Amino acid sequence: MSTNAQTVRRQYPIPVEPLPSPGLKRGPVSVGHFDGERGHITSKVGLSDICLSYRTRTGERLLALDHINLQVRAGEFLCIVGPSGCGKSTLLHLIAGLHAQSSGQILVDGKPVQGPGTDRILIFQDHGLFPWLTVGENVEFGMKMKGICKSERKEKVEHYLRLVHLAKFEKSYIHQLSGGMRQRVAIARALATEPDVLLMDEPFAALDAQTRDLLHDELERIWSETGRTIIFVTHNVREAVRLGDRVVLLTFRPGRIKSEFPVELPRPRSLEDPEVALAARAVLDELREETNRSLEAEYKSGLKPSIPPGASE
Amino acid sequence: MKRALRYIIFYTALFGLWTLLAKLKIWPPYLFPAPWTVAEALYNGFQDHTYWIAIRVSMQRVLIGYGISVVLGMILGLGVASNKFLEETMGGLLVSLQSLPSICWWPLALLWFGLNQNAILFVVIMGSLLSVTLAMEDGRKQMPKIFGQAGRNLGAKGFKLFWYVLLPASLPFIVSGLKQGWAFAWRSLITAEMLYLSLGLGQVLMMGRDLNDMSAVIAVMLLIIAIGYIVDGVVFKGMERHLHNKWGLAPAA
Repeated sequence: MSTNAQTVRRQYPIPVEPLPSPGLKRGPVSVGHFDGERGHITSKVGLSDICLSYRTRTGERLLALDHINLQVRAGEFLCIVGPSGCGKSTLLHLIAGLHAQSSGQILVDGKPVQGPGTDRILIFQDHGLFPWLTVGENVEFGMKMKGICKSERKEKVEHYLRLVHLAKFEKSYIHQLSGGMRQRVAIARALATEPDVLLMDEPFAALDAQTRDLLHDELERIWSETGRTIIFVTHNVREAVRLGDRVVLLTFRPGRIKSEFPVELPRPRSLEDPEVALAARAVLDELREETNRSLEAEYKSGLKPSIPPGASE
Repeated sequence: MKRALRYIIFYTALFGLWTLLAKLKIWPPYLFPAPWTVAEALYNGFQDHTYWIAIRVSMQRVLIGYGISVVLGMILGLGVASNKFLEETMGGLLVSLQSLPSICWWPLALLWFGLNQNAILFVVIMGSLLSVTLAMEDGRKQMPKIFGQAGRNLGAKGFKLFWYVLLPASLPFIVSGLKQGWAFAWRSLITAEMLYLSLGLGQVLMMGRDLNDMSAVIAVMLLIIAIGYIVDGVVFKGMERHLHNKWGLAPAA
């Protein structure tokens, strides 16, 4: 089963009619690869039976994530889509180690996640850059915490700022940059700690369409240049299909894995590719059910059905 | 330019009124001194070094006391903000303690520390600690959560997280509290100094009363106002401007 990013295969992996079809994988599918020689699973990130429940303000227990099983290969670009309130952001926070799951285990390189670590860096939707530091100092921050010496830090800051085409802005403050530039600084800051896994939480959701297109291209380029594993959360199905090697669809509350869609389209891709649109349609059809449930819950409660990232605390 | 003009008009009028009242001699000059006698008192005070010494002693005390307040207040405030139990118990206590004028601690301070510098410092700390604590607590809560998360995500923890992330992230939210803390510290100091022979500005003020020298009293009052104003206008305004520039916030009104 080779859903490798670089495989150039001109084919429609997801037939539009009829559904379901043999090209589609339904339900939670384990994609862990057994390495015959070493005899262990070679997945980069492994989630097994992740559950997360928390107490709401009214005192009732709410199940946010329900038995999530997911294996992510090293170097894979995985996209997670789902309606708002499905707990997809929360899932990233768990992998980042910012919160603890109620049960289940997260393995990164076979080791259980216990708290944050610079091998997994999260990129937030509203970038989370530090406004009291310059662009360069922001990129430097993770390395400084690691205790890397000054000359090496300087070199790497320059390198990663060049990678996101922001070398000229090293001395600027965050508020002087546009939204797209900020998100690129966030990517440079994340890459500078040299993480194996990049966790991206709707990083382009707040940007205008043109900027987003550019950043898609840039992210795809950076990903193929650096070979990182990326787990990318979005509610935008097109974006997921445009970027991902595989798209995982979560259900609305409790968040479960509903389906997985391997995307075997050649790269570089573009949002306008008819193949991308076609593949997105298949995912969208399944997503629509969940979105409807999400909206229904919204109408019933009169409140936005979202799970705050800090809910498990 | 227009603003400068308004200032000039206002202060000339104020000064003129003062001169006029002094000239009319409604009250005897030793009770209501003319501006030039006050100016003379100021000049003499600086000439014989009394004021220089008093300013140095008072500034030293307020800096030590306020410094301790800031460090303690930040730790306390952070503790109260991040611990539900502390918030519910100590939070209320802190707010209610704020209604207590700091000079009420003076009798206790005298008995605990004796008639010395430490008693004064204690009153200064009690005067400003609460504002700093409450400001820090509030700032920590107002500070967007994402900074703490991003910091931990990038490998900061413990003291490093506090020093490199939480403290700078909350600064814009606590700077007004720090300013208020400074004002309380300064007032508490002068009050405490007035109650006890101590070389500071407060004592020089009381000396003026003992000598029935109202021009000296007014001169020292002007000094106290001037120092308070300079610290507020230069140190804190500068800090606020610096923060606003970095963060790209709208300038403070």
